[in-house]
This record gives sequence, C-alpha cells and structure tokens, in this order.
Amino acid sequence: MQAVFFLCGLVAVGFVLLITVYLVLSGLPAIRQIGLFDFLLGSTWAAGQGQFGILPLILTSVWGTAGAVLLGVPVGFLTAVFLAKVAPRRLADVVRPAVSLLAGIPSVVYGLVGMIVLVPWLRDALHLPAGDSLLAAILVLAVMILPSIINLSETALAAVPKEYEEASLALGATDLETYFRVSVPAAKSGIAAAVVLGIGRAIGEAMAILMVAGNVANMPALTKSVRFLTTGIAIELNYSAEGSLQRQALFSIGLVLFLFIMLINVLLDLVLKHDKEV
Amino acid sequence: MQEEPILRIQHLDLWYGENHALKDVALDIPAHRITALIGPSGCGKSTFLRTLNRMNDLIPGIKISGSLTYRGSEIYDPAQDVTPLRKNIGMVFQKPNPFPMSIYDNVAYGPRTHGIRSRVQLDEIVERSLRSAAIWDEVKDRLKKSALGLSGGQQQRLCIARALAAGPDVLLMDESTSALDPISTSKIEDLAMELKKEYTIVIVTHNMQQAVRVSDRTAFFLLGELIECGDTEKMFSQPADKRTEDYITGRFG
Amino acid sequence: MRVSQLPMRRRVWNLGARVLLYLSAGLTCGLLVLLIGTICARGIRGINWQMLTTAESVLRGTVGILPAIQNTLFVIVLSLLIVLPLGVGAAVYLTEYAKNHRLVSLIEFATETLAGIPSIIYALVGVIIFCTALGLQKTLVSGALTLVIMNLPTIIRSTQESLKTVPQSYREGALALGSGKWHMIRTVVLPSSIDGIVTGSILAIGRVVGESAVLMYTVGLSTAMQDFSSLAAMMKASGATLTVALYIYAKERADFTTAFAIATILLGLTVVINGAAALAGKKLKKV
Repeated sequence: MQAVFFLCGLVAVGFVLLITVYLVLSGLPAIRQIGLFDFLLGSTWAAGQGQFGILPLILTSVWGTAGAVLLGVPVGFLTAVFLAKVAPRRLADVVRPAVSLLAGIPSVVYGLVGMIVLVPWLRDALHLPAGDSLLAAILVLAVMILPSIINLSETALAAVPKEYEEASLALGATDLETYFRVSVPAAKSGIAAAVVLGIGRAIGEAMAILMVAGNVANMPALTKSVRFLTTGIAIELNYSAEGSLQRQALFSIGLVLFLFIMLINVLLDLVLKHDKEV
Repeated sequence: MQEEPILRIQHLDLWYGENHALKDVALDIPAHRITALIGPSGCGKSTFLRTLNRMNDLIPGIKISGSLTYRGSEIYDPAQDVTPLRKNIGMVFQKPNPFPMSIYDNVAYGPRTHGIRSRVQLDEIVERSLRSAAIWDEVKDRLKKSALGLSGGQQQRLCIARALAAGPDVLLMDESTSALDPISTSKIEDLAMELKKEYTIVIVTHNMQQAVRVSDRTAFFLLGELIECGDTEKMFSQPADKRTEDYITGRFG
Repeated sequence: MRVSQLPMRRRVWNLGARVLLYLSAGLTCGLLVLLIGTICARGIRGINWQMLTTAESVLRGTVGILPAIQNTLFVIVLSLLIVLPLGVGAAVYLTEYAKNHRLVSLIEFATETLAGIPSIIYALVGVIIFCTALGLQKTLVSGALTLVIMNLPTIIRSTQESLKTVPQSYREGALALGSGKWHMIRTVVLPSSIDGIVTGSILAIGRVVGESAVLMYTVGLSTAMQDFSSLAAMMKASGATLTVALYIYAKERADFTTAFAIATILLGLTVVINGAAALAGKKLKKV
C-alpha cells in the first residue's frame, strides 16, 4: 500500500512540473518569434496587425493590483482588527459568516454586478462616455480581495498572546491604543502575508474584471478601457486559431503571469520565514 | 505610621458570576512600604491585587461592591477613567511579558502612550527607569535589540523598568518571581527593597520566605476572606489567628 | 473628589480609531448586503420551475438552464471522484508514511504552488494539456480533469489538518493489537479524520460551482441538453456550466434577467456550501 500512497504524494509534484514544462514549452515559441524585447516592452497589442506588445497589459495588471490593494487593504485590515478584538461576540458571529460568503461568491457574479450596477453608475457619476474602465476593475478587485485580507489578518491578530495586551493595559493604554500599538505590530508578519495573498488574488483574477474593464489594450489610465494580463488571455483564448501566433502569444502572456505569481509566492515565503525568526 | 494610607479598601466584595471570590475585605496600604499578600492558591490574593488597578474589569460577569480609594479618590467611580489610574498604579505580571519590540521601545511605551514625544525626554526616562530597575548596565549597549533576546530574569527587570517609566507611585507585583531562577529572584527582591524608598509596593507571593525577606506588612487571605493583616515580623512570630498560624507553619497550602 | 480623565488628544484619537473600525466593518457588511440585495432583487423574478427543469427553446422562446445544472453536477462528481482518492492518498502519505523530510517539504511546496496558481493559468493548462495534447477537445471531461489539479491542494490540506489531530495513541493502540499499518490507517486513522475529508470535499464542490475561467475555455459554450446515457456519450458531452452560462447570458446575449437568475442560484448554492462546510467541521469532529 505504501507505494500507492507514495505515488499519490508525488502527483502534486508531477502536476507542478507538468504545468511548468507545458507553460514554458507553449509560451517560448511566440516570445522567440516576436522577440523578448518587443513582446515585453511593445506598447501595442493588435493581434490583427501582428503586433504583440504586452507592456500595456503588464502595467494595467500592476496598477490595477496596486489600486485594489490600496483600497482593499485598509478596509480589510480594520475589519480584521474589529473582528479579532473589538466586536462584541454576537456581532462577530454575524460578520464572520458574511465575510466567508463574500469569499465564496463566484467571480462571474462579481463581474455581473460590476457590469450592470457599477459600470453605468461610474459612467453617470463621472460623466464618462463609457464606465468600463480601470477604475471599475479596481473597485471590483478591492471587494474581491477583502475576504482573504480579513481572514488572514484576523487569524494573525487572534494569535497575539494575551500577556502583551494585559501589559499594555496595565501601563495605562486604552484598549484601542493597545490593539494598534501592541497587537498589530506583534501580528505584522501575518498581516503582511495577508496583503501579499491579496496581491496574488488581485493579479490572478480574470473573469470578474473581464466583465467590467472594457478590454481594450490601452496604456492604463483610471477612466480608460484597459486589458489586464489575465483578461488579455481570456478575451482571445476562445477566438484564436489553434497553432496561430496569436494563440501562442496568449500562452506567452500566461508564462509572464505565471512568473509574476511565482515571484509573489517567493515573497510570501520570505514574509512567513521572517516571522519564524523573530 | 501616622500618614494617610495610599490605598484604602473597605467592605470589598467581589463575585465572578455566582462565585463569591472576595468577602468583605478591609485593608489599608501604607505608602513607601512593601505589603505582601499571602495565602494558598485560589484564596483571592491575586484577584484582590487586580481590583487595585481595575485589571479585573476585563473579565465578563464580574461584580464588585465596597469602597476602594487611591489617595482619597474612589477607584471604581464611574467617572474615573481607568487609564490614568493604571498610569499611577503600575503592575508587573507573573510571567515576564515584554512586548516583541526593542528594549528601548518597551520602556518608552508607557510615556509615549501618555503623550511624551520629545526624544530627549524619552531618552532620559528610559535611562532613569532602566537604572532604577537595576538593568541599565546590562542593556545600555543593546537598547535597539529585541527585548525577547534577554534572559527571563532580565526580561522581568525590563518589565519593572517599563512599569516605572509610566510614572506610577504604586507598583503591584503578581507573583513576579515565581517563573524565575533563585539568582534572578534575589535580584528582584533586592530591587523591590530599593524601590520602596520612592514607590509603594504590593506583592502577591506564594513563597512565605519571600514575604518574610522583603515585606514590611503581610496580609493573609483564605477562601476570599482577609484573615489577618499586620507587621510582617509580628505576624510570622506571633500570629493572632489560628488559621494564620497553621498556614505559616506549613500545615496546609 | 479628584477624578482623572483621559487627555483630550487621546480621547479624540480613541474615538477616531473606534469610528474607523466600525466604519470598515460596516462597509464590509454593507457591501455584502448591497451585493445580495442587488442580485436577489434582479434575479428572483427570473427563476421559475420551467427554467430549472427544461433546456432553452428558441422555438417556444423559453429560457431553461437544466443543461447547465446537469453539466455542473457532472463536473463536480467526476472531478471529486478523481481528486478525492489522490488527495486523501497524498495526505496519508505525508502524515503516516513519509520519513524523508526533504520529500515532504517538496510535496508541500508543490501543493502550495498549485494553490497559488490563478484559474486563468489553469484554463491555459486545460486547453494545452487536456483539450489539445490528450485530444479530449472541449468537453466536460477536460474541464473536470483540469479542476482535479486545481482542487488537489484543497483536499490534501484539509485531510492533512484532520489527520494531524488524530491522537498518536489511537495509532499505537491499533498497532499494539497486531494490525498492519494499512489496516490501522483504514480502520482507525481515516475514520477519525472523516471531518477533514468531508470539509475538503465541500470546499472543492464550492470551488467547482464558482469556477468560471477554467470552464469557460475547456468545457465548451453550448447551452443545449447533453447526452449522459453512455460512457462514450459522457466523454463527448460538451456544454456550459452555471457560471459559464451566466457569462454567456450576460455578455453575449444581454439577457440580464436570466444572468441574474443564475447569479441568485449561485449565491444560494454558496450559502448552502458555506453552511455545510461549517456544519461538517463541527458535527463530524471526533474529539
């Protein structure tokens, strides 16, 4: 029996190898044909004219993620402090399932609400010709990363030893001063991990923003229609001919995205290791 | 002892839900003395100590009646904010609990909380407090290092320094040497005797030798009642109550 | 009587901090209420018996999502059938057999990596490996197989968590009675970690129900009835699941009533799945 279990254990490793090898093998040909420089730094993506520059996609993903983190992290972090420390038990028992429901809602549902409610609202409020924009995508992403940030930060905050908080209270700090000046610093690596996880989720999300971002490969600007790395793949994957340069370029985008995610994983590992050392 | 006691407790009753944990306790705590609270575990001595700086407020279902005054003002007055009270009545816990920050930031925490921002002033307070806690020479070259790197005894003296830095005049010590080795314990006992010149100290201890060594007055608790209180020397040589005698001669506890 | 109070500056800071905390938590909950409210308000009127129990008909002009429901169920069942033995087996290997520390951390690293890969990458992997390289085309089977990879970390983790809480004394007890290791695992260890396996399965079902990017590109976009009558037919079945159908109705047909109706159904399923996961964790836990 041991051999069977051993094989099961190796399956995960096998899958990772398989994914890596296939992504590299499928992603490299287009890069070689287009040229790494033109591919990564080209500012025009127009598959029809044979132009495959993904700089606008990379920048959109970076700006979009940064925007979502900028909005989502403070709200998520403060909600986590509320849940872990301040909320009366009964209230926390209501808010916590609400957060996990927020986490469980499928991304197409976020996309649908974004598309039908948020996008027209933005158009009218900001007097735009169209509401499909980087801003709409950022708002949707900010809501979508909230649950990961809340859950991880709350776990980290709840694990802060009571002794620290007692000591602070006994020195004449109020409860809130204690939470922000002792508990939060003590949980900082867990909170940092939550932020990194949020970044990972934001950069990897495709379907929800496919429905609100407009999907034109512009250089990013808040009110312009934009295309992310993820939506760059999503928008053309069903319509590109098998074996065409266009299809292969999509695999190359996938490879770039994969590298981004790996980078984030390494970052997460560093954050968590740092925690163990302190 | 003609002067007014710094803490005066009268008719103190305390319940945890149904449990009557302190029963009609009356005790005066004189300034610049070390008062030791002794008694078997579960007798209410720690609970009593924690009513003095209202650390019990955090426990749900707790009920307190009676009068506790600090320098004449009512500790449990609803208009009294607990934070200035706790600034004046500092506490050192059973287990050393320095914050996971630098040594300097640990000591500066109290003054910063109470609004001191000036670097010069903070430096001065940190050094003075660390000197008072007899740990300055051991840490002066590593103030920026994490406090968690210190030994247990050093951590506890750091916690004393941290408590002193907030500027209290009463220091409550809740079995503060019970987690330490004998050498660290005797350092902290010496320190307590030095500190009583400037501070009023109340210690909870399960160690009767310690009470004899350091305290001026001793209060003996049993099952939530204050059985006897008086000069330490007198109480350990001629206890007035039979139960006190039984306890200090080691018949129970 | 001297009564001392907090200085003004600190009182303002504390009040501000408290207001911020309540505002943030309120905003989080408000967003959820807004989402649920919007979805239900627009979705409920689109749900009816006919819609749930028929396929759409262009002739009669009726909407029906029965095929999407069937396809979703098929993908759930097939992917669970494959991922459960694999994931539980891997978890058993990691906690009961593995002695080589390096190998354990390699497997755990691989599991974490799989968990961190976004679904659009899995979509590419599905397209490259299952649809193209293995020649399965855009079928429900391709989609289910892709989701097997995606859900493997979920099952491994929750089973592992639960296996770790099985007391060592149970194992020693069984071994002392002379049972072999496999017998011990089958009769003592696995039954006591059933809570983790069930919770993991529920979470995996939740991920399948909510997944769209992978399915969008691997299962096909048909909204017609599929044939599940024989194995050969099942291998060929190709059509939209609930999430994919939502996308098609919203983005390509601009039929928002149906899109919101499906969104309401998905929301309901999410509530049920979250509830079931919480319940399973509580009820099945053997102490």
